[in-house]
Amino acid sequence: MSTTVAHDSTEKHQVEIHEHPSWLAHHFDDAQQQFDAGKMGMWLFLVTEVLFFSGMFCAYALFRNRDPEVFEFCSRFLNEKLGAINTGVLLFSSLTMAWAVRSSQLKETKTLIGMLGATLGCAAIFLGVKSVEYSHKWGLGLFPGKFFQSQLENPVHTENNYLWNLCIIPMILLVCFALYYAYGVITASKFHQRVAGPLVIAAICFFGGVGLGTFLESEEHEAGGTVVHNAEGEHADHADHAEHDHQHAAAESVKPAISFVTEDTSGIHGDVAITPAELVTPVSAVNQKGMAGLFFSIYYCMTGVHAVHIIGGMAVLTWLIVKAARFEFHSKYYGPVDNVGLYWHLVDFIWIFLFPLLYLIT
Amino acid sequence: MSVVTKPVTMPAPSFEAGTEDNYLTHTSGFLSWALTLDHKRIGLMYLAGVLASFAGGGVLALLIRLHLWNPNIDKTQALFSNQVYNQIFTLHGAIMVFLFIIPSIPAALGNFLLPIMLGTKDVAFPRLNLSSFYLWVGGALFFLFSLFATGLDTGWTFYTPYSIESRGPVVAATMGVFVLGFSSIFTGLNFIVTINTMRPPGMTWFRMPLFLWATYATAIIQVLATPVLGITVLLLAAERVLGIGIFDPKLNGDPVTFQHFFWFYSHPAVYIMILPAMGIISELISVHSHKGIFGYRMIAYSSIAIALFGFLVWGHHMFTSGMADVTTIVFSALTFTVSIPSAIKVFNWIGTMYKGTVSLNTPMIYALSFIFLFTIGGLTGLFLGALSVDLHLHDTYFVVAHFHYVMMGGTLVAFLGGLFHWWPKMTGKMFNDFAGIVSAAIVFVGFNLTFLPQFVLGTRGMPRRYASYVEEFQDLHRLSTIGAMMLGTGLLVAGLTLLHSLFYGKKAPMNPWGGATLEWECQTPPPHDNFSTPPTVGDPYDFSNIEYDSKIGGYFKKKR
Amino acid sequence: MSAPSIQHSDDGHGHGHGHGHGHGHDGEFSHPMPIWMLLTVFFALLILTCLTVYQSQFDLGNMEIWASLAIATVKAGLVIAFFMHLLWDKPLNMIIILGSLIFVALFLGFTMMDASGYRENLIRNETLQESQPPALNVAVSK
Repeated sequence: MSTTVAHDSTEKHQVEIHEHPSWLAHHFDDAQQQFDAGKMGMWLFLVTEVLFFSGMFCAYALFRNRDPEVFEFCSRFLNEKLGAINTGVLLFSSLTMAWAVRSSQLKETKTLIGMLGATLGCAAIFLGVKSVEYSHKWGLGLFPGKFFQSQLENPVHTENNYLWNLCIIPMILLVCFALYYAYGVITASKFHQRVAGPLVIAAICFFGGVGLGTFLESEEHEAGGTVVHNAEGEHADHADHAEHDHQHAAAESVKPAISFVTEDTSGIHGDVAITPAELVTPVSAVNQKGMAGLFFSIYYCMTGVHAVHIIGGMAVLTWLIVKAARFEFHSKYYGPVDNVGLYWHLVDFIWIFLFPLLYLIT
Repeated sequence: MSVVTKPVTMPAPSFEAGTEDNYLTHTSGFLSWALTLDHKRIGLMYLAGVLASFAGGGVLALLIRLHLWNPNIDKTQALFSNQVYNQIFTLHGAIMVFLFIIPSIPAALGNFLLPIMLGTKDVAFPRLNLSSFYLWVGGALFFLFSLFATGLDTGWTFYTPYSIESRGPVVAATMGVFVLGFSSIFTGLNFIVTINTMRPPGMTWFRMPLFLWATYATAIIQVLATPVLGITVLLLAAERVLGIGIFDPKLNGDPVTFQHFFWFYSHPAVYIMILPAMGIISELISVHSHKGIFGYRMIAYSSIAIALFGFLVWGHHMFTSGMADVTTIVFSALTFTVSIPSAIKVFNWIGTMYKGTVSLNTPMIYALSFIFLFTIGGLTGLFLGALSVDLHLHDTYFVVAHFHYVMMGGTLVAFLGGLFHWWPKMTGKMFNDFAGIVSAAIVFVGFNLTFLPQFVLGTRGMPRRYASYVEEFQDLHRLSTIGAMMLGTGLLVAGLTLLHSLFYGKKAPMNPWGGATLEWECQTPPPHDNFSTPPTVGDPYDFSNIEYDSKIGGYFKKKR
Repeated sequence: MSAPSIQHSDDGHGHGHGHGHGHGHDGEFSHPMPIWMLLTVFFALLILTCLTVYQSQFDLGNMEIWASLAIATVKAGLVIAFFMHLLWDKPLNMIIILGSLIFVALFLGFTMMDASGYRENLIRNETLQESQPPALNVAVSK
């Protein structure tokens, strides 16, 4: 940080005076050492993250081995399309992040900020799509573990509540960032504009993600035939994989315990498949707390902890944008960008495994 | 290959002056300590913290022993109710394991010594180092809350399903563990990077002091194992709050899974506890025998071996839990392998002393105690590793005695030895050696009196964590309690000796013991940047040109 | 020990290879990745993602999960080697990350081996209401 002149007043001979530029910490001898140390430190941190997630992968493996039919049953509730979109979005964000590292090494600051902003935006889209997925599931009563509501019995709440709840904080942030940008314009501060711009765009991207997710869910709904759950009110915007369910139901006519779709379409709502008589049908073996509920516990834990890491990553990316806007990076000091990049790629790495394990179960 | 500068190895002319600038006096004021990036100050703060935790955990231990003075079959006569007793041993274990033993040597002594032994200015990530400290403080606050909120009665191992159902502040305690875990991870991360990237020219891997090898191996375990503890306690908290059901049999979960998750960390954790202690002993034995360490490479390799093998054996804590038979056999067999590197070290230490000139001062007495006590602890571990024997000894006092021999007779004794050994360097004061030896003697006798009877109790069937027992065990329990009181006294004497030295101790020379590692070549206490000129790197165990000078009351390295 | 600070920056546009030379070269150690390489890896990842979605539509039975995991591993490998720059990094960093995967395998392997060993002894909770005691003697064989 500051120039260090180590003076020991009792020593007669002069010490080596290191001319340390501001970006070189005083305890490092040169830029190479600082870079190597930072990189190794980040790789070690990634090791801890890998081991951290491994616990949940272990739980997943144990339960899937034990009760594979539970996983098959629950896979119908997970929207493959949304999962694939999220995968693509994260892969793209990895691209922009790697590009950002390149830009920082070449001192291309505008590209750097653009790429960091793009990464932030992709993260926001990811979270937007995730919000739609989560709120849709909560609307169906698919809560973790002991709160899980078996799919025959629940009066379904409108899911819009959940989605709006999830959108509150992003909306507040959007307003704050917009105000910040306005402040930057008013004070004619290029620095503030440079920082606020990507933030505003990222916040907007969140709602883009929500829109995209909502659109894709409703597409599923219209394409499908029989509605699965006893819904109330307008539910044009949730997908319920009706197609999948219908197919599954047909395929599982040999296993009546699992099927919960009937031909009887008289019900509470025009397209509800449940008759009051069926409400007293014994709960199927998998359609209950300790079975499907367990699956969703694992699902929420894995994707939830992953989402927390995305949010953390977004915070760090913001910090990077601030530093980039101050023109701090160059070919001998780009460690922070590189190391945040490593972290971000790990988040992508985890998702690369989560996607097939959770979404692509047949 | 050494740096060509003027070696700082002559008796420092600054020895007599009492006012030169050092890390303690460099800056003053609360904030200069609270926001310090100086690894030495951080080490001292950790030292204060872990010693305070040790005192707290120790008081709880004495309460346990007092309660067990009587068989307590008649509950109304007992010192504590069963519920309170459960809480006492839970807090004793949790505080000792998470707040004291795991951080103690790496964070307190390691932080102070590592950069100095490397001849460098600081660790690789000083701000991360400070964060580690504050994470430790945060975790300690969570535990303090658990202590005063009371009710935490699950045992420090938090086994499900009881930890899910218990009314105690399990979430607070587990979140405390989570936070402490990160403190440990960041310390380990820092140390690995520092040793890898900031070694001075001339210090190849095999010219590093063995304390650094031990610290490095410890750091590897910290980085690999602690995250699994993190996810385990996080899932346990989620279990309580959200009922996720992974570990809860009522929701089709599996308690054995919890144990697998928990012990995957907690077994390597015991190697986090013992490896740095072994590193200290390597230093102490060689310096105080004034003889190069016997079998340097084997000790270095065995440290890494212990770290790696330690990940293969966690199932030996679960032999009676309901694991599959095949698994129990595999784990039992693997457990025997991990004893080999430890034994290698013990032989090498003894080989070091042979034909050495042994100075029987306080650190050496503690080091000798370590060898004796750790050997007993390690050997009794073999009994527990043998599957068929463990089925009888599991959850008895035999286990309690075993782990106290290794953790307390091992780690704590080594920690004390190291504390006395490096105290002059850290504080610039010499302590009263006779008082120190007396403390070591009382600790040794008291410790054996406390825990040897517990081996017998265990083989006779006394279960652990029980608040009451049958009459026939009373004599042994009383012996143990008397021993505990003695042990406490000895520790008090040790603490008072060190405290006394702060006020009345003689000024310490640069190298009071005649060590050859780099920390003995910097000023006492070290200046803010450790070395005014980069030191010359030599063989850390070459004592041939280190001579005593009675004028300064210490040693110096003769110029070649 | 401080290296002379010669700024050796490559100019803007998709410059060729930064990583031919070693580290000691005038203290220059940055290796900007060429844009064509970044884009190629990205499209490879996209293709593999499509592949994995496509293969999930076929029922491969037991091989199902191994196929998905294999493709995921290839994708992960691309991310690690190229985006995370590991191919050009110090060997120690590669050892660090690959070593950690060994420990993950150890953890999962032993635990799964154990769980499959005691599965038939498991007492399952068939009628799962939270406040009810677990039903006994209901070993669910799958």
